[in-house]
Amino acid sequence: MGQDRRGFLKLAGLAAVCATARESLTRLAGAAGTEPRPSAKAPKVRWAMVVDPRRCLEQQNCTACIDACDHAHNVPAFTNPRHEVKWIWKTRFDEAFPDQDSRYIDPALTSEAVLALCNHCDNPPCVRVCPTQATWKRDDGIVAMDWHRCIGCRYCMAACPYGSRSFNWEDPRPHIAHENPDFPTRTKGVVEKCTFCDERIDRGELPACVVACKEKALVFGDLNDPDSEVRRLLRTRFALRRRAGLGTQPEVFYLV
Amino acid sequence: MRDRGRIVTGLAVFVAVALAPVWQAALHGAARRPEPKIVTTAKQCVEPTAAMRRDHMDLLYAWRDTVVRRGQRTYLAADGKTVTMSLTGTCMKCHPNKKEFCDACHNYLAVSPYCWECHIEPKEKS
Ligand code: SF4
Ligand code: SF4
Repeated sequence: MGQDRRGFLKLAGLAAVCATARESLTRLAGAAGTEPRPSAKAPKVRWAMVVDPRRCLEQQNCTACIDACDHAHNVPAFTNPRHEVKWIWKTRFDEAFPDQDSRYIDPALTSEAVLALCNHCDNPPCVRVCPTQATWKRDDGIVAMDWHRCIGCRYCMAACPYGSRSFNWEDPRPHIAHENPDFPTRTKGVVEKCTFCDERIDRGELPACVVACKEKALVFGDLNDPDSEVRRLLRTRFALRRRAGLGTQPEVFYLV
Repeated sequence: MRDRGRIVTGLAVFVAVALAPVWQAALHGAARRPEPKIVTTAKQCVEPTAAMRRDHMDLLYAWRDTVVRRGQRTYLAADGKTVTMSLTGTCMKCHPNKKEFCDACHNYLAVSPYCWECHIEPKEKS
Protein backbone atom coordinates (compact mmCIF):
# COMPACT_ATOMS: atom_id res chain seq x y z
CA MET A 1 0.00 0.00 0.00
CA GLY A 2 2.85 2.38 1.03
CA GLN A 3 4.54 1.80 -2.33
CA ASP A 4 1.33 2.70 -4.17
CA ARG A 5 0.92 5.99 -2.38
CA ARG A 6 4.50 7.00 -3.15
CA GLY A 7 4.00 6.10 -6.80
CA PHE A 8 0.80 8.11 -6.91
CA LEU A 9 2.45 11.20 -5.41
CA LYS A 10 5.32 10.99 -7.89
CA LEU A 11 2.91 10.77 -10.78
CA ALA A 12 0.81 13.63 -9.48
CA GLY A 13 3.92 15.79 -9.05
CA LEU A 14 5.14 15.02 -12.55
CA ALA A 15 1.73 15.84 -13.99
CA ALA A 16 1.69 19.19 -12.18
CA VAL A 17 5.16 20.11 -13.49
CA CYS A 18 4.16 19.23 -17.03
CA ALA A 19 0.97 21.24 -16.79
CA THR A 20 2.72 24.44 -15.66
CA ALA A 21 6.00 24.14 -17.56
CA ARG A 22 4.60 24.81 -21.00
CA GLU A 23 3.19 28.18 -20.07
CA SER A 24 6.25 29.41 -18.19
CA LEU A 25 8.57 28.21 -20.94
CA THR A 26 6.58 30.15 -23.53
CA ARG A 27 6.70 33.17 -21.29
CA LEU A 28 10.46 32.84 -20.85
CA ALA A 29 10.89 32.61 -24.60
CA GLY A 30 9.71 36.19 -25.03
CA ALA A 31 6.83 38.56 -25.03
CA ALA A 32 5.45 37.30 -28.31
CA GLY A 33 4.10 34.20 -26.65
CA THR A 34 2.25 35.99 -23.91
CA GLU A 35 0.34 38.40 -26.07
CA PRO A 36 -2.72 37.23 -27.94
CA ARG A 37 -1.89 36.81 -31.57
CA PRO A 38 -3.35 39.49 -33.83
CA SER A 39 -5.51 36.92 -35.57
CA ALA A 40 -7.63 36.77 -32.42
CA LYS A 41 -8.84 40.31 -33.04
CA ALA A 42 -7.46 41.32 -36.41
CA PRO A 43 -6.96 45.10 -36.59
CA LYS A 44 -8.50 46.73 -39.62
CA VAL A 45 -5.51 48.83 -40.66
CA ARG A 46 -1.77 48.62 -40.08
CA TRP A 47 -0.07 51.84 -41.10
CA ALA A 48 3.40 51.62 -42.56
CA MET A 49 5.77 53.66 -44.71
CA VAL A 50 7.87 52.83 -47.72
CA VAL A 51 10.88 55.06 -48.39
CA ASP A 52 12.38 55.17 -51.87
CA PRO A 53 15.89 56.57 -51.27
CA ARG A 54 16.62 56.78 -55.00
CA ARG A 55 13.73 59.15 -55.55
CA CYS A 56 14.86 61.12 -52.51
CA LEU A 57 18.31 61.52 -54.08
CA GLU A 58 16.76 63.10 -57.16
CA GLN A 59 16.66 66.34 -55.17
CA GLN A 60 20.07 67.10 -53.74
CA ASN A 61 20.01 68.80 -50.32
CA CYS A 62 16.23 68.80 -50.22
CA THR A 63 14.77 69.04 -46.72
CA ALA A 64 11.10 69.55 -47.59
CA CYS A 65 9.85 66.58 -45.53
CA ILE A 66 11.98 67.50 -42.53
CA ASP A 67 10.90 71.14 -42.63
CA ALA A 68 7.24 70.21 -42.99
CA CYS A 69 7.41 67.86 -40.02
CA ASP A 70 9.39 70.25 -37.83
CA HIS A 71 6.91 73.02 -38.48
CA ALA A 72 3.78 70.87 -38.11
CA HIS A 73 4.92 69.52 -34.76
CA ASN A 74 6.79 72.47 -33.25
CA VAL A 75 10.05 70.54 -33.18
CA PRO A 76 12.61 72.75 -31.41
CA ALA A 77 15.99 73.58 -32.96
CA PHE A 78 18.36 73.66 -30.02
CA THR A 79 21.69 75.34 -30.60
CA ASN A 80 23.61 72.71 -28.63
CA PRO A 81 24.07 69.81 -31.07
CA ARG A 82 24.01 67.32 -28.21
CA HIS A 83 20.47 68.44 -27.38
CA GLU A 84 19.23 67.93 -30.94
CA VAL A 85 15.57 66.90 -31.27
CA LYS A 86 14.81 64.79 -34.35
CA TRP A 87 11.56 63.40 -35.72
CA ILE A 88 12.68 62.72 -39.28
CA TRP A 89 16.29 63.26 -40.27
CA LYS A 90 19.04 62.21 -42.65
CA THR A 91 21.71 59.77 -41.58
CA ARG A 92 24.59 57.92 -43.22
CA PHE A 93 23.57 54.72 -45.04
CA ASP A 94 25.93 52.53 -43.01
CA GLU A 95 24.59 54.07 -39.80
CA ALA A 96 21.02 53.41 -40.84
CA PHE A 97 21.83 49.82 -41.85
CA PRO A 98 24.80 48.77 -39.72
CA ASP A 99 24.01 45.07 -40.11
CA GLN A 100 23.87 45.31 -43.90
CA ASP A 101 26.90 44.30 -45.95
CA SER A 102 26.71 47.30 -48.22
CA ARG A 103 30.06 46.80 -50.01
CA TYR A 104 28.43 45.68 -53.24
CA ILE A 105 25.24 47.72 -53.11
CA ASP A 106 25.10 50.54 -55.65
CA PRO A 107 27.41 53.24 -54.22
CA ALA A 108 25.05 55.88 -55.58
CA LEU A 109 22.79 54.73 -52.75
CA THR A 110 25.22 53.83 -49.99
CA SER A 111 27.38 56.92 -50.24
CA GLU A 112 24.43 59.25 -49.68
CA ALA A 113 22.40 60.04 -46.59
CA VAL A 114 19.12 58.24 -46.09
CA LEU A 115 15.98 59.36 -44.28
CA ALA A 116 15.40 57.99 -40.81
CA LEU A 117 12.37 58.20 -38.54
CA CYS A 118 10.59 56.13 -35.91
CA ASN A 119 9.89 52.72 -37.43
CA HIS A 120 6.60 52.28 -35.58
CA CYS A 121 7.82 48.82 -34.75
CA ASP A 122 5.31 46.04 -34.50
CA ASN A 123 7.16 44.75 -31.44
CA PRO A 124 8.32 48.08 -30.00
CA PRO A 125 10.86 47.80 -27.18
CA CYS A 126 10.21 51.42 -26.21
CA VAL A 127 6.63 50.53 -25.34
CA ARG A 128 7.66 47.56 -23.23
CA VAL A 129 9.89 49.65 -20.98
CA CYS A 130 7.77 52.78 -20.55
CA PRO A 131 6.65 52.74 -16.91
CA THR A 132 3.71 55.09 -17.44
CA GLN A 133 2.40 53.91 -20.81
CA ALA A 134 3.17 57.38 -22.11
CA THR A 135 4.16 55.58 -25.29
CA TRP A 136 2.05 52.73 -26.59
CA LYS A 137 1.05 50.98 -29.76
CA ARG A 138 -2.35 51.95 -31.13
CA ASP A 139 -4.61 49.38 -32.77
CA ASP A 140 -3.59 50.74 -36.16
CA GLY A 141 0.09 50.11 -35.37
CA ILE A 142 1.15 53.70 -34.69
CA VAL A 143 3.53 53.91 -31.74
CA ALA A 144 1.95 56.97 -30.18
CA MET A 145 3.08 59.42 -27.53
CA ASP A 146 1.03 60.87 -24.68
CA TRP A 147 3.12 63.82 -23.57
CA HIS A 148 0.77 64.44 -20.67
CA ARG A 149 2.06 61.23 -19.14
CA CYS A 150 5.75 61.21 -19.95
CA ILE A 151 7.84 61.54 -16.80
CA GLY A 152 11.10 61.89 -18.68
CA CYS A 153 12.77 58.75 -17.36
CA ARG A 154 14.26 58.09 -20.84
CA TYR A 155 13.91 54.32 -20.56
CA CYS A 156 12.40 54.38 -24.04
CA MET A 157 15.45 56.15 -25.42
CA ALA A 158 17.66 53.43 -24.01
CA ALA A 159 15.37 50.76 -25.43
CA CYS A 160 14.99 52.12 -28.97
CA PRO A 161 17.78 50.69 -31.13
CA TYR A 162 17.33 53.37 -33.80
CA GLY A 163 17.84 56.59 -31.85
CA SER A 164 14.35 57.61 -32.89
CA ARG A 165 13.64 59.41 -29.64
CA SER A 166 14.87 62.77 -28.40
CA PHE A 167 14.81 64.37 -25.00
CA ASN A 168 14.07 67.99 -24.21
CA TRP A 169 17.05 68.95 -22.09
CA GLU A 170 15.90 72.56 -22.17
CA ASP A 171 12.63 74.42 -22.45
CA PRO A 172 11.81 74.00 -26.16
CA ARG A 173 9.57 77.08 -26.48
CA PRO A 174 12.31 79.66 -27.14
CA HIS A 175 13.82 77.39 -29.82
CA ILE A 176 10.78 77.13 -32.08
CA ALA A 177 11.12 79.63 -34.88
CA HIS A 178 7.53 79.58 -36.16
CA GLU A 179 5.02 78.08 -33.77
CA ASN A 180 2.16 76.08 -35.22
CA PRO A 181 -0.69 77.06 -32.86
CA ASP A 182 -2.69 73.94 -33.74
CA PHE A 183 -0.12 71.57 -32.27
CA PRO A 184 1.27 71.61 -28.73
CA THR A 185 4.93 72.05 -27.89
CA ARG A 186 6.61 69.90 -25.31
CA THR A 187 8.15 70.95 -22.02
CA LYS A 188 11.60 70.46 -20.63
CA GLY A 189 12.04 66.87 -19.45
CA VAL A 190 9.78 65.16 -21.98
CA VAL A 191 10.68 62.70 -24.73
CA GLU A 192 9.40 63.17 -28.27
CA LYS A 193 9.56 61.39 -31.61
CA CYS A 194 7.72 60.88 -34.89
CA THR A 195 4.09 59.94 -34.32
CA PHE A 196 3.27 59.06 -37.94
CA CYS A 197 1.16 62.26 -37.73
CA ASP A 198 -1.57 60.49 -35.78
CA GLU A 199 -3.41 63.83 -35.53
CA ARG A 200 -3.59 63.96 -39.33
CA ILE A 201 -4.33 60.24 -39.77
CA ASP A 202 -7.31 60.61 -37.43
CA ARG A 203 -8.62 63.36 -39.72
CA GLY A 204 -8.09 61.16 -42.78
CA GLU A 205 -5.03 63.02 -44.04
CA LEU A 206 -1.57 61.74 -44.99
CA PRO A 207 1.50 62.47 -42.84
CA ALA A 208 3.00 65.93 -43.35
CA CYS A 209 6.30 64.59 -44.70
CA VAL A 210 4.54 62.41 -47.29
CA VAL A 211 2.55 65.39 -48.54
CA ALA A 212 5.63 67.64 -48.60
CA CYS A 213 7.80 65.33 -50.74
CA LYS A 214 7.59 66.36 -54.38
CA GLU A 215 9.48 63.29 -55.55
CA LYS A 216 6.96 60.98 -53.86
CA ALA A 217 9.87 59.26 -52.14
CA LEU A 218 7.68 58.58 -49.11
CA VAL A 219 4.64 56.34 -49.47
CA PHE A 220 2.26 55.78 -46.60
CA GLY A 221 -0.44 53.15 -46.43
CA ASP A 222 -2.16 50.15 -44.96
CA LEU A 223 -0.18 46.90 -44.82
CA ASN A 224 -3.36 44.92 -44.23
CA ASP A 225 -4.80 46.04 -47.56
CA PRO A 226 -3.30 43.91 -50.35
CA ASP A 227 -4.22 46.58 -52.91
CA SER A 228 -2.56 49.49 -51.12
CA GLU A 229 0.37 51.31 -52.69
CA VAL A 230 2.74 50.17 -49.94
CA ARG A 231 1.81 46.53 -50.50
CA ARG A 232 2.18 46.94 -54.27
CA LEU A 233 5.67 48.42 -53.83
CA LEU A 234 6.72 45.69 -51.41
CA ARG A 235 5.40 43.06 -53.79
CA THR A 236 7.26 44.37 -56.81
CA ARG A 237 10.52 45.60 -55.29
CA PHE A 238 12.98 44.42 -52.69
CA ALA A 239 13.01 46.38 -49.45
CA LEU A 240 15.31 46.65 -46.44
CA ARG A 241 14.25 47.22 -42.89
CA ARG A 242 16.58 48.79 -40.36
CA ARG A 243 18.22 46.21 -38.07
CA ALA A 244 15.44 43.74 -38.68
CA GLY A 245 17.47 41.04 -36.92
CA LEU A 246 16.71 42.62 -33.57
CA GLY A 247 13.12 41.40 -33.71
CA THR A 248 11.53 44.81 -33.31
CA GLN A 249 9.60 44.33 -36.59
CA PRO A 250 10.16 47.82 -37.98
CA GLU A 251 7.36 48.95 -40.30
CA VAL A 252 9.30 51.51 -42.32
CA PHE A 253 10.65 49.89 -45.48
CA TYR A 254 13.49 51.09 -47.71
CA LEU A 255 13.41 50.17 -51.38
CA VAL A 256 16.78 49.25 -52.86
CA MET B 1 -1.15 88.81 37.93
CA ARG B 2 1.64 91.27 37.24
CA ASP B 3 1.54 90.32 33.56
CA ARG B 4 -2.16 91.01 33.07
CA GLY B 5 -1.48 94.02 30.82
CA ARG B 6 0.81 92.10 28.55
CA ILE B 7 -1.48 89.09 28.34
CA VAL B 8 -4.51 91.17 27.46
CA THR B 9 -2.55 93.11 24.84
CA GLY B 10 -1.22 89.89 23.38
CA LEU B 11 -4.68 88.38 23.25
CA ALA B 12 -6.10 91.49 21.62
CA VAL B 13 -3.39 91.45 18.95
CA PHE B 14 -4.00 87.75 18.35
CA VAL B 15 -7.75 88.20 17.97
CA ALA B 16 -7.27 91.17 15.66
CA VAL B 17 -4.89 89.22 13.43
CA ALA B 18 -7.00 86.06 13.47
CA LEU B 19 -10.09 88.02 12.48
CA ALA B 20 -8.26 90.03 9.82
CA PRO B 21 -10.38 88.64 6.97
CA VAL B 22 -13.55 89.73 8.79
CA TRP B 23 -12.56 93.34 9.50
CA GLN B 24 -10.80 93.64 6.16
CA ALA B 25 -14.08 92.69 4.50
CA ALA B 26 -15.99 95.11 6.70
CA LEU B 27 -13.57 97.88 5.81
CA HIS B 28 -13.13 97.34 2.07
CA GLY B 29 -16.24 95.34 1.23
CA ALA B 30 -16.15 91.58 0.51
CA ALA B 31 -13.72 90.36 -2.14
CA ARG B 32 -15.15 90.68 -5.60
CA ARG B 33 -16.26 87.46 -7.29
CA PRO B 34 -14.24 86.89 -10.42
CA GLU B 35 -16.19 87.60 -13.55
CA PRO B 36 -14.72 85.81 -16.53
CA LYS B 37 -15.39 87.91 -19.58
CA ILE B 38 -17.27 86.16 -22.35
CA VAL B 39 -16.58 87.63 -25.76
CA THR B 40 -18.29 85.07 -27.99
CA THR B 41 -21.71 85.65 -29.50
CA ALA B 42 -22.52 81.93 -29.36
CA LYS B 43 -25.58 81.34 -27.23
CA GLN B 44 -24.32 78.23 -25.49
CA CYS B 45 -21.05 76.48 -24.80
CA VAL B 46 -20.49 72.81 -25.61
CA GLU B 47 -22.69 71.94 -22.65
CA PRO B 48 -25.02 74.23 -20.61
CA THR B 49 -23.24 77.05 -18.82
CA ALA B 50 -23.86 75.71 -15.31
CA ALA B 51 -22.38 72.35 -16.23
CA MET B 52 -19.39 74.00 -17.90
CA ARG B 53 -18.77 76.18 -14.87
CA ARG B 54 -18.84 73.19 -12.57
CA ASP B 55 -17.28 70.46 -14.69
CA HIS B 56 -15.14 72.04 -17.42
CA MET B 57 -11.99 70.51 -15.98
CA ASP B 58 -13.47 67.02 -16.05
CA LEU B 59 -14.71 67.59 -19.59
CA LEU B 60 -11.25 68.69 -20.68
CA TYR B 61 -9.63 65.68 -19.04
CA ALA B 62 -12.12 63.38 -20.78
CA TRP B 63 -11.43 65.12 -24.10
CA ARG B 64 -7.70 64.76 -23.58
CA ASP B 65 -7.93 61.04 -22.91
CA THR B 66 -10.37 60.36 -25.73
CA VAL B 67 -8.29 62.23 -28.29
CA VAL B 68 -4.82 61.14 -27.24
CA ARG B 69 -5.44 57.62 -26.05
CA ARG B 70 -8.30 56.55 -28.33
CA GLY B 71 -7.76 58.72 -31.37
CA GLN B 72 -11.38 59.90 -31.39
CA ARG B 73 -11.68 63.59 -32.01
CA THR B 74 -15.40 64.33 -32.21
CA TYR B 75 -17.49 65.00 -29.12
CA LEU B 76 -21.19 64.28 -28.98
CA ALA B 77 -22.79 66.85 -26.65
CA ALA B 78 -25.85 66.11 -24.52
CA ASP B 79 -28.04 68.10 -26.90
CA GLY B 80 -26.88 66.05 -29.89
CA LYS B 81 -24.51 68.53 -31.53
CA THR B 82 -20.97 67.46 -32.33
CA VAL B 83 -17.76 69.41 -31.79
CA THR B 84 -14.09 68.74 -32.38
CA MET B 85 -12.38 68.00 -29.10
CA SER B 86 -9.59 70.57 -29.13
CA LEU B 87 -8.53 73.06 -26.49
CA THR B 88 -6.91 75.50 -28.88
CA GLY B 89 -9.11 74.65 -31.85
CA THR B 90 -12.53 74.71 -30.19
CA CYS B 91 -12.48 76.23 -26.68
CA MET B 92 -10.15 79.09 -27.52
CA LYS B 93 -11.96 79.94 -30.75
CA CYS B 94 -14.87 81.23 -28.62
CA HIS B 95 -12.67 82.32 -25.72
CA PRO B 96 -9.54 83.82 -27.26
CA ASN B 97 -9.20 86.09 -24.22
CA LYS B 98 -7.39 83.66 -21.94
CA LYS B 99 -6.30 86.40 -19.54
CA GLU B 100 -9.82 87.66 -18.91
CA PHE B 101 -11.53 84.30 -19.20
CA CYS B 102 -9.45 81.37 -17.94
CA ASP B 103 -7.11 83.32 -15.72
CA ALA B 104 -9.87 85.39 -14.07
CA CYS B 105 -11.10 82.46 -11.97
CA HIS B 106 -7.89 80.46 -11.89
CA ASN B 107 -5.95 83.34 -10.37
CA TYR B 108 -8.76 84.07 -7.90
CA LEU B 109 -8.70 80.45 -6.74
CA ALA B 110 -4.91 80.16 -6.98
CA VAL B 111 -5.08 77.12 -9.23
CA SER B 112 -2.47 76.86 -11.96
CA PRO B 113 -3.44 74.35 -14.64
CA TYR B 114 -0.41 73.41 -16.74
CA CYS B 115 -2.27 73.26 -20.07
CA TRP B 116 -0.37 76.23 -21.45
CA GLU B 117 3.07 74.86 -20.80
CA CYS B 118 2.54 72.86 -24.01
CA HIS B 119 -0.64 74.09 -25.70
CA ILE B 120 -0.12 77.40 -27.40
CA GLU B 121 -2.36 80.15 -26.07
CA PRO B 122 -4.04 82.52 -28.48
CA LYS B 123 -2.12 85.72 -29.17
CA GLU B 124 -3.58 88.52 -27.06
CA LYS B 125 -2.90 92.21 -26.83
CA SER B 126 -1.81 92.62 -23.22
S1 SF4 C 1 11.81 52.91 -33.86
FE1 SF4 C 1 12.32 53.13 -31.69
S2 SF4 C 1 10.82 54.62 -30.91
FE2 SF4 C 1 10.01 53.86 -32.86
S3 SF4 C 1 8.67 52.14 -32.28
FE3 SF4 C 1 10.70 51.27 -32.75
S4 SF4 C 1 11.72 51.15 -30.77
FE4 SF4 C 1 9.98 52.56 -30.51
S1 SF4 D 1 10.75 58.98 -21.02
FE1 SF4 D 1 8.50 59.16 -21.09
S2 SF4 D 1 7.83 57.94 -22.87
FE2 SF4 D 1 9.99 57.34 -22.39
S3 SF4 D 1 9.82 55.54 -21.03
FE3 SF4 D 1 9.94 57.34 -19.69
S4 SF4 D 1 7.80 57.97 -19.32
FE4 SF4 D 1 7.79 56.55 -21.08
